Amino acid sequence: MPKLREVCRHVRSKVAGPFWVTIDLFFDGEENFRKYHDNPAIRPQALAEIYQTEPALVSIYPVAALNMIKISYPRDRPQGGMIERDLHSGQQYVYLLDVEMA
Amino acid sequence: MVGGMQTPSEFTSVRLFVPVGQLGGGVRSDELAAALKRGAEVMAMDAGSTDSGAAYLATGTSKNSRDAVKTDLRLLMTAQHEAGIPLIIGTAGQAGGDMNVDWTVEIVLEVAREIGYRPRIAALYSELSCEVVRARNAQGRVKPLPPLGDLADETIDSCRHIVALMGPEPYIAALEAGADIIVGGRSTDTAVLAAFPLWKGAPIGPSWHAGKTGECGSQCTARSTHGSGVFLTIDRDGFEVEPLMEGNACTVHSVSAHMLYENSNPFRLTEPGGILDVTAAQYAQVTDTKVRVRGSVWEPQPYTMKLEGASVGQFQTLMMIGITDPAVLSNLDLFHDKMRHTLVRRVERTMGEKAGSFDISLRIYGWNAVSGRPVPKDAPPPREVGVLCVITADTQDLANQMAKACNPYFFHMPLFEGVELPSYGFAFTPADIPRGQVFEFRLNHVVEVDDPLELVRTRWFGDFADPARESANA
Repeated sequence: MPKLREVCRHVRSKVAGPFWVTIDLFFDGEENFRKYHDNPAIRPQALAEIYQTEPALVSIYPVAALNMIKISYPRDRPQGGMIERDLHSGQQYVYLLDVEMA
Repeated sequence: MVGGMQTPSEFTSVRLFVPVGQLGGGVRSDELAAALKRGAEVMAMDAGSTDSGAAYLATGTSKNSRDAVKTDLRLLMTAQHEAGIPLIIGTAGQAGGDMNVDWTVEIVLEVAREIGYRPRIAALYSELSCEVVRARNAQGRVKPLPPLGDLADETIDSCRHIVALMGPEPYIAALEAGADIIVGGRSTDTAVLAAFPLWKGAPIGPSWHAGKTGECGSQCTARSTHGSGVFLTIDRDGFEVEPLMEGNACTVHSVSAHMLYENSNPFRLTEPGGILDVTAAQYAQVTDTKVRVRGSVWEPQPYTMKLEGASVGQFQTLMMIGITDPAVLSNLDLFHDKMRHTLVRRVERTMGEKAGSFDISLRIYGWNAVSGRPVPKDAPPPREVGVLCVITADTQDLANQMAKACNPYFFHMPLFEGVELPSYGFAFTPADIPRGQVFEFRLNHVVEVDDPLELVRTRWFGDFADPARESANA
């Protein structure tokens, strides 16, 4: 069972406005994209658990031309408040790297 | 409004130069010369973003240094003067509030004096008072965007500054009135770049898509750190994009992937007055360095402007220590919990009721400061850690007093009782840093308008309007 980091060539995250985070998963080739892009480990239910949000608020957009999917979800709190650990949300992708793709 | 415009029969193409992803980021004179040689008809870029947080809107200050912005403006305005092409800047001064715009205009006027010319400068303001937003909200013309709900008056009143994101129309009106330089307040990045092509009659979908592609300058190129700018040509059928630097290239991948950047939806981008839909866009490599894009579609929608509001909250004071003590490093979770408990008790005992509502947050860098999540039990101890103590209180003085009360404990708390008091590594004296206020974005709403200009004010700067001076210099 491969980990997400083993089937992607690049993974990144960033704020998309003060209230949302967006994660780009670029799969390593067309075959990995086809095989894994809709894996249960990276569907709304599982992602909502990792990022502490509602599954209904998690959007996933496959972009087949680029062998990638975009995942967007709301921040658990708006950017820059009293307790802020990652203002740009640039480190949030890391929690997906070791997810096992069943 | 641009929504219903047809591409006029006389339109052939328009050449747009984006000198840099953000004014102050480092305009390059070699790229500027290359762009003018290629016949650039306009220079357009934004000067800000919400990415760096609400502080800049809340305080009306810039993230970029004045010198960095002035250095870029001197290059751009010299080119503007010599080539006679418009210079368009959006989201001035990082946040695009009125104070941020005025700060930028002042630098523009200073540079104009130093160069010795008198451009027609239009400043576009889109800051709204709480009263205006409350009135629109009462009319039911403010709508929430997920994940937020309906807008309460208290939320509006909690904002120190509120801006509405402008579309291209105020820029087009200023161009129509003869502006040489436009300093715009908060605008969508895309609108700042799309304004000139739309004004020239370029097709709407490609103009917006070109704007999205160029919004971060060289970010859409294959070597995004090789150069600052990008060159876009919009024609009747689509647009082309290419870098300015030798040795760089735009590729189908670099250009199409940029549509993903900082958007929650990679195919549909909501803008004032419509949606850019690139689902059917086709990307083709036309030369080694140039990509052609066709099939971008603009779907007109009722005109809305997104609102951004920044609130000011409590005050913070920081302290920091470094730890290499192996006993502490082997018990970091215990150390964290004991330290936090000790500091909170210390504040309660020394300040009592006076402390008000306060928070003490300890972030152990090198352990779990960034994630804030539990560390697996079998994780090996790190070589060293930094511990940041963030104290939040109702006033700066209270936060400072709490830091002083905590100081001896933060720097010398032993992990276990009965040992000699340790001294953790601290890097400066005094040890406490007053950090200022907590700033937060509070609005994620749109306001409906009948006219794209109704919430926008335009002010003209420069002494060109004085006929005596005009003729004296003629």
